[in-house]
Amino acid sequence: MNKITSNIFTAFLLIVFQTIIFNNINLFGYLNPFIYIVFIIYYPIKNDRIFFIFISFIIGLLIDVFSDTLGLHAAASVTIAYLRPLILKISFGLAYIHQVIKFKNIDFRKKVVYISLLSITHHIVLFGLEVFNFSKIFFVLERAFLSSLFTITLCILFSYLFKTNER
Amino acid sequence: MRQIIDFFVRNKNFILFLSLFSFSLILIFSNSRFHNSFILNSTNSVTGKVFETNSSILSYLNLKNENILLSEENTLLKKNIYNSGLVTDSVKYEVFNSTIIKNSYSFYNNYLTINKGKQDSINEDMGVVSSKGVVGITDRVSKNYSRVISILNTKLNLNAKLKKSNHFGVLNWDGTSFLTVQLKDLPKQSPVSIGDTIITGGNSFIFPQGILIGEVSSFKLDDTQNYIEIEVDLFNDMTNLNNVYIIKNNHIEELKELDE
Repeated sequence: MNKITSNIFTAFLLIVFQTIIFNNINLFGYLNPFIYIVFIIYYPIKNDRIFFIFISFIIGLLIDVFSDTLGLHAAASVTIAYLRPLILKISFGLAYIHQVIKFKNIDFRKKVVYISLLSITHHIVLFGLEVFNFSKIFFVLERAFLSSLFTITLCILFSYLFKTNER
Repeated sequence: MRQIIDFFVRNKNFILFLSLFSFSLILIFSNSRFHNSFILNSTNSVTGKVFETNSSILSYLNLKNENILLSEENTLLKKNIYNSGLVTDSVKYEVFNSTIIKNSYSFYNNYLTINKGKQDSINEDMGVVSSKGVVGITDRVSKNYSRVISILNTKLNLNAKLKKSNHFGVLNWDGTSFLTVQLKDLPKQSPVSIGDTIITGGNSFIFPQGILIGEVSSFKLDDTQNYIEIEVDLFNDMTNLNNVYIIKNNHIEELKELDE
């Protein structure tokens, strides 16, 4: 019960921070980090997958409601929620298959690979759907990579900030 | 039958993912006129309250800047009154003032939210201007708030013309820089030079003629070699807006009837 309340509290805080602070950073005029995906990144590994995909969708939808981009964030976060087991397998290999990883004590390099894969996937889906024009593919890729650099940095900082809370 | 059920049970994650993903796609691509989803945008009461509180805090920090702008505008208005003596369009156009509670300029399609709605007799498709020039057009209206399609939105097309002649074209944004918009389909023979002022044209029902937009920073012939394409530097700093004015055209229904 306590776990669920704290999860809801984290999600709520992330949505508030994302919409009030991080949507308005506009580094170089257009770069915004999408920090709310740390919820999907650090969600416990042993989970009910159906529930996890569904809750990611809800969080994406809430972010959409606040930033007037109906459906974009929902689509992007449901995609990475679905792909997370695959990305965990790619970045941690055997440790994931034997179910012995804890975010607290994993190798820094592997952690960076894992976070980068998730956030780049998320950003490409997000910007791809937002622009939805194949002739602007380089524009999409440029924005996606620059924004994910920003997001990755903040996600790693975030993981040190709340180290004791991780399971 | 059992095999079909087995198939669904085995792929239940993928099916859930697919259905949620396609649901989001439906939301994205039917967003423009999806009336059932009107509660899912930034004009509903919860999100509106959040942004209003947020902007009421931020507007304190911006107070000094805003005061300078307001006093500048007041001097301009006074100058106009002293110069002209009588106001001719006062019956045709009504003006309401309002404050922006949410602004965006970093996306591909940007929207603003303002704190006036149906209660203050704001309707859809009204022009929004600031003291320096055009901001956008209202698009969705709730009781207390309305959403404005920003001039920095690739879906917005405006009728605009040169100040020194009557040649007009279509103003549109290409989604790259929030400092410049593009004026297309201007006839080849129009006398453009760098630094010329671009204003709204009289062909639109929404804006009165002659509202400032920006100045020409560069121009070239487009692919057909018949029309000029202009890069327009906006007079408005779209990243720093607070007070805006909404223009209501009282003759709009009459004009629309004439057009049918």
